[in-house]
Amino acid sequence: MSVAWDEASIAERARSFLAEHDPARTDRLGFLRARFDAGLAWVHFPEGLGGLGTRRDLQAVVERELKGTPDNDPGRIGIGLGMAAPTVLAFGTDEQRRRFLRPLWTGEEVWCQLFSEPGAGSDLATLATRAVREGDEWVVDGQKVWTSSAHTARWGILVARTDPDVPKHRGLTYFVCDMRAPGVEVRPLRQITGEAEFNEVFLTGVRLPDSLRLGEVGDGWRVAQTTLMNERVAIGGAPARRSMAGVVADTWRSRPELRTHDLHQRLLKLWVDAEVLRLTAVRLREQLAAGHPGPEGSGMKLAFARLHQELSGLEVELLREDGLAYDDWTFRRPEAVDFLGREAGYRYLRAKGNSIEGGTSEILRNIIAERVLGLPSEPRADKDVAWKDLPR
Amino acid sequence: MTDDRSTSLLYTEVEQELRAAVRDLLADKSAPADVLARAEAAAGGAAPYDAELWKALARDIGAAGLLVPEELGGAGASAREAAVVLEELGRSVAAVPFLSSAVLATRALMAAGGDVAAGLLERLSSGEVTAALAVSAATSPYGPKGPAVTLGADGRVSGTVTGVIGAEVADVLLVPALAASDGSLALCAVSAGEGAGVAAVPSLDLTRPVATVTFASAPAGVVARRTGTWAPGVREALATGAGLLASEQLGVAEWCLDTTVAYVKERRQFARPVGSFQAVKHRLADLWLEVVGARAAARNAAALLADPRRGEEAASAVAVAQAYCGAVAVHAAEECVQLHGGIGMTWEHPAHLYLKRAKADQIILGTPGDHREAVAVLADLPGPAPVL
Ligand SMILES: Cc1cc2nc3c(=O)[nH]c(=O)nc-3n(C[C@H](O)[C@H](O)[C@H](O)COP(=O)(O)OP(=O)(O)OC[C@H]3O[C@@H](n4cnc5c(N)ncnc54)[C@H](O)[C@@H]3O)c2cc1C
Repeated sequence: MSVAWDEASIAERARSFLAEHDPARTDRLGFLRARFDAGLAWVHFPEGLGGLGTRRDLQAVVERELKGTPDNDPGRIGIGLGMAAPTVLAFGTDEQRRRFLRPLWTGEEVWCQLFSEPGAGSDLATLATRAVREGDEWVVDGQKVWTSSAHTARWGILVARTDPDVPKHRGLTYFVCDMRAPGVEVRPLRQITGEAEFNEVFLTGVRLPDSLRLGEVGDGWRVAQTTLMNERVAIGGAPARRSMAGVVADTWRSRPELRTHDLHQRLLKLWVDAEVLRLTAVRLREQLAAGHPGPEGSGMKLAFARLHQELSGLEVELLREDGLAYDDWTFRRPEAVDFLGREAGYRYLRAKGNSIEGGTSEILRNIIAERVLGLPSEPRADKDVAWKDLPR
Repeated sequence: MTDDRSTSLLYTEVEQELRAAVRDLLADKSAPADVLARAEAAAGGAAPYDAELWKALARDIGAAGLLVPEELGGAGASAREAAVVLEELGRSVAAVPFLSSAVLATRALMAAGGDVAAGLLERLSSGEVTAALAVSAATSPYGPKGPAVTLGADGRVSGTVTGVIGAEVADVLLVPALAASDGSLALCAVSAGEGAGVAAVPSLDLTRPVATVTFASAPAGVVARRTGTWAPGVREALATGAGLLASEQLGVAEWCLDTTVAYVKERRQFARPVGSFQAVKHRLADLWLEVVGARAAARNAAALLADPRRGEEAASAVAVAQAYCGAVAVHAAEECVQLHGGIGMTWEHPAHLYLKRAKADQIILGTPGDHREAVAVLADLPGPAPVL
């Protein structure tokens, strides 16, 4: 039975859920599991899978009603929420959806993304990690790199080559990688911030049961597109409780002695840009809710990266002598990512990744030019050549 | 026509129908060649306005009365609908006095109020008469200039106002004047031709030129008067005009982007379409992103101007939209010229009409810098204290 939910009825459901599950008297995990089971995790997901099968924008009503209750620490499980979950929902079997989505959402199981390789970044489809079928299993060999949260992850979304004899986009298959399987080795990679959010992951004779395959054999590129599309919206378009503009504005307001005319002009310009980006995101969500998604999504991360970088750079400059200091260079392996966390120097350095992770800004411009504006692609030498014959 | 969608940044069905009607009319009566022919005449000193087109837009489509309440004979629509009309007028750089009469003059009369205003609004919304606000178009809603015109005890106004838009086609000129008797500021209505002279000035914007208006002891009806820094209705008119101008700028930018994308797909050099070169593609992708932002900002300004309960938010929305959209329209028009190559530099190609409109639009009703300074106040981001 499906109910036509609206703001009032969703709010009512959230309130009665709260009445039955007093967060003060339930443990955190118990509360989150119950919230998932009540369909209040992500309301646009189907019933039984943490949702109510209704409009995505009604989630905001749930968040408002449940404000202040234990959350699932999204900074720790961003890849699971933003990338793995929509892909599992779109391509997983019923069994896979039931197995993975609940502990993903509650944060019991962290996910990572095993896409990029030393030889395959922007040109992801050229990747070389091999998966070879042996009976009911796949044997995986290769190396992944820049894998955020691999050190905390229980599962990884993995794209591997299953057929080297066809052109590169066609020979790929998508798997869920068991990060505890023998042959998975995770080594930290230190970043310009001093810490190691990401890792290199070596896969040596890793055996994955066929039940961990997501989608058809050879259909991995299409499945990966779903992941990447969601990644860009997750990085650029999600409604934010705080914003970089807000962080910098607070510094500006609290330190009047640091203000100069030059910085003032630049700050005002960036503040307007931030407001325009916020409104663009609002409009995009309205379009999604009204059932006609616009191409605006492709541009959100591009605009977001530029804005984050300029604002965080301005803040370091504004701080003058304090901008010369850095809070902490200790080599740590953080459990969560927060672009707005720590001090200005960290924010400045971390923001540099925003135009690289999830597709570089150059690649995003290509996508907008070709898929939104319909401009012709560059002449390409690699389209109809079997992957194994490509120049390397 | 305030419905539950009035704060949405999307377009309602009614708005889309209005857009379609305006677009059809413009396609029929205001093709680039027509606009260019009028602009050419204007470069020689004639007014470029198209009376027949304006009549059709004002009366048949009812654009003249969009902002006017139903009890005064208007459509009782809102800034949202007026914004959609302006998007279309921007897309076609049509030479009609919609902004000057149906937005600026109309909004001034509505804010000033009173019987004289009501009578005028009725005639304006029927499209029977056209009005202009005799204030320099370069005035921002934040910095009043003292009126250049005085109102004598004999009820006549004298003085000269420069930089006025839409005056050549106005039957009624609304002019803020300093009352000699008590120092109050009055909004006065003067019939064109009765002691008011309008002299077109060679203008950067060929499709919306500016004129100098000289009042020589012209008989005037006082619409309203008050003491303070602004004559009645003027600040409201400029603020609404600035907010809605963002939609015109959006329309200008959209035309430039669409036209340029279509051109670079067709034009071939080095044995391939120039639009397949990454240097070109990336510039157009960035421009597209700016246009997407401009649409969100312009819709937000229109939506908040349409909601009388949200005046303070509207002020911020107007400042943000104007601080952003003016530069987007100019950038789009400049890219349009550049990416067309030599043809973009010709008088024959319409790109220059858009460049000229975009550049003039950047100045009128406050520059982006004026609006950013307003943002500093509205968003509590004050500048540095004076050094001395
Ligand atoms: C902080 C961070 C976290 C990350 N986390 C993950 C993760 O969890 N999982 C994962 O799989 N990956 C992750 N990545 C990797 C990221 O997706 C890749 O770095 C990115 O796709 C670019 O690939 P690359 O590093 O090989 O650069 P390259 O592709 O070699 O690019 C080098 C430069 O060339 C430009 N370039 C490449 N191709 C073109 C073209 N066709 N036109 C114009 N310019 C081009 C690029 O824009 C870039 O400037 C992460 C990266 C960062 C920085």
